[in-house]
Amino acid sequence: MEILLVALIGLLYAGGVYLILRRSLLKFIIGIIFLSNATNLLVFISAGIVHGKPAFVTGGDADPSSMADPLPQALVLTAIVIGFGIVIFTLALKSKFYSVTDKDDSDEIKETDI
Amino acid sequence: MILVLILYLLLAFALFLIPKKVSKYTPVFIALVQLLVFGLFLSFLPDIQNGKTISSLVEWMPRLGLNLEFTLDGLSMVSVLLITFIGFLVFIYANTYMSSYQGTTRFYFYLLLFSASMLGLVLSSNFIQMFIFWELTSILSFLLISFFNENEQARKAAFQSLFVTGLGGLCLLVAIILIGSIVGSYSLTDWIDKAELIKNDGKYLPILLLVLAGVFTKSAQFPFHFWLLGAMQAPTPVSAYLHSATMVKAGIFLLARLYPILGGTQEWINIITPVGAITMLIGAYLAITQIDIKQIFAYTTISALGILVVLFGISTELSIKAAFVFLFVHAFYKASLFMLAGYFVKLTGSRIINSYGGILRKNLLGLIIVAVALLSMAGIPPMFGFIGKELIYEAKFEAPWLSSLLLILGILTNVLMVAVSLLVLFKLYLGEAKFDLGVATKKYKLLLVSPGILAVLSLGLGLFPDTLSGIIEPALSYIYSGEAVIKLKLWHGFNTILLLSALTMLLGIFLFALTYKNKRLIKGWQRMNVRLFSINFNRSFSKGLSSFIKISAKNTHFIQHGYIRYYLTTIIVFSSLLLLFQLYITRGWEINTNFSLQPYYISGVVCIITFSSLISVFSKDGLFTITAMAVTGYGISLIYLYYSAVDLAITQIIVETLMVVMFVLVLRKLPRFIVVSSRATKIRDGIIALTFGLIMAMLALKALNVDIHPSIADFLVENSYTKAHGKNVVNVILVDFRALDTLGEVTVLVIAALGVFTLLNVKKVRK
Repeated sequence: MEILLVALIGLLYAGGVYLILRRSLLKFIIGIIFLSNATNLLVFISAGIVHGKPAFVTGGDADPSSMADPLPQALVLTAIVIGFGIVIFTLALKSKFYSVTDKDDSDEIKETDI
Repeated sequence: MILVLILYLLLAFALFLIPKKVSKYTPVFIALVQLLVFGLFLSFLPDIQNGKTISSLVEWMPRLGLNLEFTLDGLSMVSVLLITFIGFLVFIYANTYMSSYQGTTRFYFYLLLFSASMLGLVLSSNFIQMFIFWELTSILSFLLISFFNENEQARKAAFQSLFVTGLGGLCLLVAIILIGSIVGSYSLTDWIDKAELIKNDGKYLPILLLVLAGVFTKSAQFPFHFWLLGAMQAPTPVSAYLHSATMVKAGIFLLARLYPILGGTQEWINIITPVGAITMLIGAYLAITQIDIKQIFAYTTISALGILVVLFGISTELSIKAAFVFLFVHAFYKASLFMLAGYFVKLTGSRIINSYGGILRKNLLGLIIVAVALLSMAGIPPMFGFIGKELIYEAKFEAPWLSSLLLILGILTNVLMVAVSLLVLFKLYLGEAKFDLGVATKKYKLLLVSPGILAVLSLGLGLFPDTLSGIIEPALSYIYSGEAVIKLKLWHGFNTILLLSALTMLLGIFLFALTYKNKRLIKGWQRMNVRLFSINFNRSFSKGLSSFIKISAKNTHFIQHGYIRYYLTTIIVFSSLLLLFQLYITRGWEINTNFSLQPYYISGVVCIITFSSLISVFSKDGLFTITAMAVTGYGISLIYLYYSAVDLAITQIIVETLMVVMFVLVLRKLPRFIVVSSRATKIRDGIIALTFGLIMAMLALKALNVDIHPSIADFLVENSYTKAHGKNVVNVILVDFRALDTLGEVTVLVIAALGVFTLLNVKKVRK
């Protein structure tokens, strides 16, 4: 299964890079989402994937090797939320920018003066 | 010594506090201070003559070799006496000369600071400290040249001089640091002790070249001489002080200072001598066809500096002796000549010498002073200049390298000097008087005081030259680190040198007779010079500078083009290369990845994600793109869920839902996608993207096969329930073990939310 996931990560990265190189700002934002998803997956699978054994404990005597590694999960969780914050902020910025300048082309925003 | 410098500094700033009423007497006061300092240093002379040096040391950063070190030895003595004495005269002169200008306080402030930094320069025995003073003189020279800052010419000239001398200064700094790294100290005594080490070091030649770059720019050697000509835009006292007697001599001083450390080698002789020789000849040659009186003297200054450099290049005891004598000779006559030039400019309001006809006919005192200074320049007995010239001839005559060539060049230079002196003298005396100068002569009679004193010195030292030996001997013994005895005489008896002097004089007079009154010859000559020396240094300097600025502007424009996607392209391409490199150097890892496609429903999910991402990337419709993007996100959450990451799955689903809602809300206001990229662009971007994706996939594959031992997870799992009382370890990590991280995350979210809120609520500013 891992090999498929690895291919998926590659695909997501490729898609993300392609999108952020587009001139449309909306595509740019979607590209960021792609990149953030890809990175989350990368971190997630790098600790090894285990099916059906979430890191739940009932006491102090749990065996760590019998369950999924909780640390990358915690990191990825933070990353998902922060990625969301970034995307939403960029989206708001973009929407405001468009309503002020009527522009959606990143090539047209190379000057700081309007 | 430090106290003297501090005194100068305090005095300079105190100038601004002097009330208007008494400010008339400021320069006289400063002049008296200079005289006092002159006396003070003179009182140390017996000690210096006895071979002592007076040093003071204030430790600042001893471990870096940065200390305040001052030493008064024979060499600095000579310079200090010249600086303070000429300084005294210049301030007296400036008192009258500057009285009609605005902003004189500022002028005296600069000039006094200049005196101080010049003193600091010659007294420093730590080379880093000396460099700072060296640069200060450049900066103050800039401020003084641009004193008439409403004049564009002056601003240009000031910038030019700062640029040239500053460039040389930087070279000098590099040289100082290089020597410092060889010796391990910046102190003069250490450098002298390890002179052999430096001379035998492989870096000796670069060091020498860098030092010489500093010396040649500062002392206006060919081809850097042009800044000195521009510097004539400065008020005349500045020309007299900085550009004849002190600042340009700083380069010469440095040559003398470094002589025991770097000097006397074959490289030293072979580089310095030719440069000096060319400079001295060109300076004298170009002086003769000038008509602007300050330019005439500027060219002769360049020539004189060339002579000094040649003498240091020849590197015999005789030549160094001649150099020191000539240093005084030149300082006396040139300062005096510049002051006189200023006097004539004041009288007539013009700098063109041809309009000065008969200016001195009724002014006997002026005539005598001018004659003495000019004859000293020409080297005609019994002036001090004659002694200097005799010594120079002798030194060149006995030079170990190229002596005949040097002698011929030297004679040529002096012939030209004689002719120039006579031309100037006769143009001032003969001819019809065009001005009624009665009133002006009276008004500016005080301007003659300082040149008068210098004229007396030029004549007096010519008759009794031995009085100066006591000052020059210690300087020589610095250079040759031993006793030095000098006997200076006016009359050397009949010998070859005297014959050469006579020949020089005759040729000079002949040349003068040929050119004087013969306007056609002069004109033709000027035209020839213009054609011969068609490289206008001044113009090529500004051209070179502006093309330099153009190139850097072009470069900046090329790198900082403002297209975000090209910035990103650059970043991605370079990070791909870096990652590739990293993968390459860590190659050789085993792959024991599970290649099975089990379980099939997850494979199905992956297929769906792949499909939806492709739609999302290539779709031209906004709504479609976003829907596809959401499918991708939900698919990933399923993967999380299957592989034991319940919390991730929940979070991903929530986030994805919110994101879709937001996008759809915004999308309503946005335009449809425009197809702007050409096919070629798309293909290029596609290749970049695919390469990056491939590299990241390889990275992921590698990451799968790296085991991290021991995992922190053991600790987290063990303590999750016992210490933090939580059963879901991921949650415990977030809110307990790494609670501060979560706080940071929340803060980020709050800031983003505030940002979004503000952005969406601000009214339209401009449409």
